[in-house]
Amino acid sequence: MAAGVAAWLPFARAAAIGWMPVANCPMPLAPAEKNKRQDELIILNVSGRRFQTWRTTLERYPDTLLGSTEKEFFFNEDTKEYFFDRDPEVFRCILNFYRTGKLHYPRYECISAYDEELAFYGILPEIIGDCCYEEYKDRKRENAERLMDDNDSENNQEGSMPSLSFRQTMWRAFENPHTSTLALVFYYVTGFFIAVSVITNVVETVPCGTVPGNKELPCGERYAVAFFCLDTACVMIFTVEYLLRLFAAPSRYRFIRSVMSIIDVVAIMPYYIGLVMTNNEDVSGAFVTLRVFRVFRIFKFSRHSQGLRILGYTLKSCASELGFLLFSLTMAIIIFATVMFYAEKGSSASKFTSIPASFWYTIVTMTTLGYGDMVPKTIAGKIFGSICSLSGVLVIALPVPVIVSNFSRIYHQNQRADKRRAQKKARLARIRVAKTGSSNAYLHSKRNGLLNEALELTGSTDDEQHMTKGTSLIESQHHHLLHCLEKTTGLSYLVDDPLLSVRTSTIKNHEFIDEQLFEQNCMESSMQNYPSSRSPSLSSHHGLATSCCSRRHKKSTHLPNCSVPATRLRSMQELSTIHIQCSEQPSLTTSRSSLNMKSDDGLRPNCKSAQITTAIISIPTPPALTPEGESRPPPGSPGRAVPSAANVVKVSAL
Amino acid sequence: SDKIEDELEMTTVCHRPEGLEQLEAQTNFTKRELQVLYRGFKNECPSGVVNEETFKQIYAQFFPHGDASMYAHYLFNAFDTAQNGSVKFEDFVMALSILLRGTVHEKLRWTFNLYDLNKDGYINKEEMMDIVKAIYDMMGKYTYPVLKEDAPRQHVEVFFQKMDKNKDGVVTLDEFIESCQEDDNIMRSLQLFENVM
Repeated sequence: MAAGVAAWLPFARAAAIGWMPVANCPMPLAPAEKNKRQDELIILNVSGRRFQTWRTTLERYPDTLLGSTEKEFFFNEDTKEYFFDRDPEVFRCILNFYRTGKLHYPRYECISAYDEELAFYGILPEIIGDCCYEEYKDRKRENAERLMDDNDSENNQEGSMPSLSFRQTMWRAFENPHTSTLALVFYYVTGFFIAVSVITNVVETVPCGTVPGNKELPCGERYAVAFFCLDTACVMIFTVEYLLRLFAAPSRYRFIRSVMSIIDVVAIMPYYIGLVMTNNEDVSGAFVTLRVFRVFRIFKFSRHSQGLRILGYTLKSCASELGFLLFSLTMAIIIFATVMFYAEKGSSASKFTSIPASFWYTIVTMTTLGYGDMVPKTIAGKIFGSICSLSGVLVIALPVPVIVSNFSRIYHQNQRADKRRAQKKARLARIRVAKTGSSNAYLHSKRNGLLNEALELTGSTDDEQHMTKGTSLIESQHHHLLHCLEKTTGLSYLVDDPLLSVRTSTIKNHEFIDEQLFEQNCMESSMQNYPSSRSPSLSSHHGLATSCCSRRHKKSTHLPNCSVPATRLRSMQELSTIHIQCSEQPSLTTSRSSLNMKSDDGLRPNCKSAQITTAIISIPTPPALTPEGESRPPPGSPGRAVPSAANVVKVSAL
Repeated sequence: SDKIEDELEMTTVCHRPEGLEQLEAQTNFTKRELQVLYRGFKNECPSGVVNEETFKQIYAQFFPHGDASMYAHYLFNAFDTAQNGSVKFEDFVMALSILLRGTVHEKLRWTFNLYDLNKDGYINKEEMMDIVKAIYDMMGKYTYPVLKEDAPRQHVEVFFQKMDKNKDGVVTLDEFIESCQEDDNIMRSLQLFENVM
């Protein structure tokens, strides 16, 4: 719950009066405001700069230094102020957090200094407001990377990896050549062979020397065997590499579909196809074409070059801009080709035989190449030709910077989009955690609250320290509000964790009118149809399983009736107590009244799913109880439930 | 662009409440309590008025698991005595004064006013159904026991059985007050929030 809204809690509680006539059950008691003191100004002296704020402002966040009693350690008796020997600039942000509920990160501040201050004041950085969160995370990540680089360069020779499987180490070696010397060697060897293969392909076609017969032979045919051996060696290396990668890949299916593996396959396929196909005349033409694909081996370099990869990626993401460039170029080419064709139609021996034939001229002119193989001869043709070349400069020069800037924009945008996606996930997770945290806190406090009230009933002061650490007043009031809502509707909040699901409330010292009328009321309001076989003294609401917590609180539970004098008890009608019994003591149930037996019916042998049933009981005489001892039910009093041994936590609910 | 400027103008509407002495005279709060209330009020609504959206947002923060918007809507209508879509600090504090420091009669009359959605002086079953459903909505989906379809209707039936004395299908203010005063639970729970401030 946001701190600022805590100030509206009185309003929300007052509005709860609107539920009261609708509710059919009595409401739980409001938490008492212990130590209610008037709000006062407190002075915080941070390295000489004095800040002042209300005490309640600081108490909005009780789990921080300033909101808890931890600040008393910094209290200066002489000057009656709290002195902190810390940075006053950052303290400004921290104090604003208490005031507004939003923590901001100032850009000029160093990230590690800021983090230190946050840690000192006990504030988690996760609550930084959305306006500053991205900046904070960016700076933090940069800092972390810097630290990591430092660490890496320090212990570069450590190399003691956690035990990865052989397959995983291989994959790591393939992806990051710097992890081990073997990987580095492999990296360089493959790089070398790629280069060799590419150069081979190139040199193959160079004519080297003549053969008697006046025919210029390309080297490939002259030293066919040598080239074939080279090619074989390269292809073998590539095949082995591909198979090793395939073996080491964590997800083979994904690896096969990746671009790099397709390039690999395309690079080595022609060789194998060539092996398979014999020197068949028909297919040798196709075979020669296949050799073209060998040039794709050059793309294998992209594994070795980060820049190539980035270029490929940005080209892919810039596809729409490139498409637009192509489209506008096509439009211009068609327009100008048509114009030139009709302009040159008149001239004789014109090379502009058709519009598609004019395409070549238009392209060459627009890109300012100007080969000169096609030249307009008519005046109109020359005019339009010059217009074409001028506009060509424009059409081509304009989109190119746009594409270049798109590259950088898209590149940065992608980075930012990933950041934002991660932040959104984290934000949603934070909200979810806060929500469940608040409801868990409520259910926690319900469970603890009943114990506190039980202890209060005994009135013994030495049990104060048994009371669980108190939630803040605002929290207890908020929980009381939620509790009233539960009472009004007759439902209760359900949380997945069975340990925390408990419906409780204690009603003490209420002078209820008539037990029967009250029963009737509750029977009417009960939302389930209960088996009618239950005795009329039972008004049962099914509660949730909670027995395990009862076991935990075994030692500290004092039963409400312990030291209360008899007269008080007689006038006190303890209504609807629930007995949670662990299966450890099943024997107790048999001697109890029907109430307890009913409650035992609901019990499963497994403590975790114990059911709680309620009952209305009146306790005319105080049973002789000790916290740990067994108790015998007073004989002959019907419908009396006697809280028994220590593993029964008396929880009353209606 | 005109619309944007209009919107900017609207958000700069500011309202200052009457003086502290006047408010102290009109309500049952002391000066200090009014100060604390106003500081909290101004913190969430710096412009000095609450509109229904803000009201719903604030109220929803107290019920994270359910949907408090309908009940907040009815509450807002109950607070907004002038029915002009905004709650000033004076309205706010008057209502709180009744709810926290008023007599039983005043509290019951305020609650009747809350339930009487169309402000015609009678509560009929439809209005009560809306209110009860709004209350159940605040619990959210995950409850134990799971909310049944006709649970609100049953709840309303119980309510009418108790409140509608002459069984004419509507509850008047007098019937309401009389029935509530007969019910000890309700009387007791009305005193529950005495010490809120």
